[in-house]
Amino acid sequence: MSAPVLLDVRNLSVKFPMARSRMGLGPRRSLNAVSDVSMRVAAGETVGLVGESGSGKSTFGRAILRLGELTRGEVLLDGQDMARARGEDLARLRRETAMIFQDPYGSLNPRLTVRQAIGEVLHVHGKKGAAGRDARIVELLELVGLDATLMDRRPGDLSGGQCQRIGIARALAIEPRLIVADECVAALDVSIQGQIINLLMELGQRMHLGMIFIAHDLAMVRRLCDRIAVMYLGRIVEEGPTEQVFKAPRHPYTRSLIEAIPEIDPARMLPSAPLPGEPPSPVNLPEGCAFHPRCPLARSECRTAVPPFVGGAHRAACILAPGGRLNEVGENLPETTPATPTERIETC
Amino acid sequence: MTDAPILTVNNLSVAYEGGGTSHTIIDGVSFTLRRGEILGIVGESGSGKSMTCRALMRLLPSSRLRVTGGSVWLEDGRDVLSLSQGELTQVRGRRIGMIFQNPASHLDPVMSIGRQIAESIRHHRKIGRKEAWARMLDILRQVGIPDPESRANAYTHEFSGGMRQRAMIAVALACDPDILIADEPTTALDVTVQAQILRLLQQLRDERGLSIIFITHDLGVVYQLCDTVAVMYAGRLCEYGAMHEVIHRPRHHYTAGLVACQPGSEGGTGRVHTIPGQPPSPGDMPPGCRFHPRCGAADALCAARQPPLRETHEGHACACHHPVGIEAEAEA
Repeated sequence: MSAPVLLDVRNLSVKFPMARSRMGLGPRRSLNAVSDVSMRVAAGETVGLVGESGSGKSTFGRAILRLGELTRGEVLLDGQDMARARGEDLARLRRETAMIFQDPYGSLNPRLTVRQAIGEVLHVHGKKGAAGRDARIVELLELVGLDATLMDRRPGDLSGGQCQRIGIARALAIEPRLIVADECVAALDVSIQGQIINLLMELGQRMHLGMIFIAHDLAMVRRLCDRIAVMYLGRIVEEGPTEQVFKAPRHPYTRSLIEAIPEIDPARMLPSAPLPGEPPSPVNLPEGCAFHPRCPLARSECRTAVPPFVGGAHRAACILAPGGRLNEVGENLPETTPATPTERIETC
Repeated sequence: MTDAPILTVNNLSVAYEGGGTSHTIIDGVSFTLRRGEILGIVGESGSGKSMTCRALMRLLPSSRLRVTGGSVWLEDGRDVLSLSQGELTQVRGRRIGMIFQNPASHLDPVMSIGRQIAESIRHHRKIGRKEAWARMLDILRQVGIPDPESRANAYTHEFSGGMRQRAMIAVALACDPDILIADEPTTALDVTVQAQILRLLQQLRDERGLSIIFITHDLGVVYQLCDTVAVMYAGRLCEYGAMHEVIHRPRHHYTAGLVACQPGSEGGTGRVHTIPGQPPSPGDMPPGCRFHPRCGAADALCAARQPPLRETHEGHACACHHPVGIEAEAEA
């Protein structure tokens, strides 16, 4: 990507302290929600962050906007570290970044009209004097494809899709350069999801926004995003240009995720032996590669060491990734391992 | 799949009555279910897909909702809608089991999973505790819960999301019903776990001859699981037929739009197909075809008269005045 780097997250970790077990006398424990995650977003680029529930993708999104705690790491916005920014620096972060939330009703105050909800953002950020404000609100509503006649309605009178558009208008009101959209279409109907995705696509291009699109719906991510990062239990396990990741995934987890998408395609029926198990609790992370207990290809090395995150533009954290020791895979596999995943790994 | 229908729903209608007015929210829905068939009911939120299934179980969630017409015939010729309370209890559980999107709120949090299932078996069958317990372990094994002897003593909160859904399926299957109604059972699950549950439902159909009504908003899931599909829009059935037929050659413009809305497995960039506008609310239904304000092919006829559900091809019915591709074929 030749565009200048807008956001550069380096080795971000988020830990939540937990209550001690054994009535407060047990060892001090913490939950590792995000471990050592790095990510770059250029202006005008949309990065998809996917993973299952509990993978830490929302925690990461909130931490980089300083809407949640972070334990370690740097968040560089135009080269300036925001991870520990305060006062005026933090205010700059707030002015240049915005978040779009999942629940379109829950993220709006039910007692404020559309005019008040958007006007509030303009007022707080001192964007417009009272005089020009209404004109700007109409402009923003038009931008997100809403009619100016909705100005005096409250969220209760609006549909989910309309509320989500208001959420987007509020995010755009501050003229941000970076937007984090957290599952922003998950609560909407299929026919409405597409409308919001198209809107984000258009706005991203027109306003040259950097965007992190957090989602569990891989098909939507594929449509919208330039690059994709896959998270599992707090770590990014694979990252690369969207089509490369979809066509030739390098991490067995990414492969399983893609195979599990229920597609309308006779050539892509769900595997007869789907990936077993569920992600373990982030409180007791498995040793070594966190995915090894579910991985059909796991070997003894996977249980001891965290695999390095390697590769060029398309990187993966798996010792079996191409460039690793891929060619030995077939020989070391236990007999019970289904043959198909191995064959697929060898062919790509 | 055999030919004799195990469940026949005929012209089922449900109305909401309150504040002196009455709105029809389910309007004349008909379909049949055969032994070993998986029927998908798809539609967006508020289309009435869940309500239809609750109505046919006589489990409407509010006293203001009332079945205003229709019949639900069982295999033995009885109409569920005219059963006595006692007979109804027998039908629910022994004939029809039900699972939901959120298993946690439909399982008892203070009773172990094993006891819940064993109790439900004993409620319907006169068998001893030991026999019920053994049968319960057998069911847990069938739904893929590992190590059933020890997991049977666990409580709902000790189960993960996927395991809870398996436990819920075990409860529904406790009395060996012929029919399972599954109301968005995988919507709250992660995709890899969803794939496991879909696989399990297919296995249960293959091994036990279970018939399943699967309610979902996800056409992809329908494609992966179902034999037949019924598409609902604003309380009415708009298309009904064999799954491949309906998804590959949709006749109703709404179905065609929904299929086109799928992002697709081939990737590609550019705009996603959308259906303009939004579904109508129950108190404010448009006249004629309820989809006509959002439909590109609508004309004066569509706004004036409700299209009946007609068979366009063998086993494929559609409620549209101008079905997709029909005129084109006639000319060709």
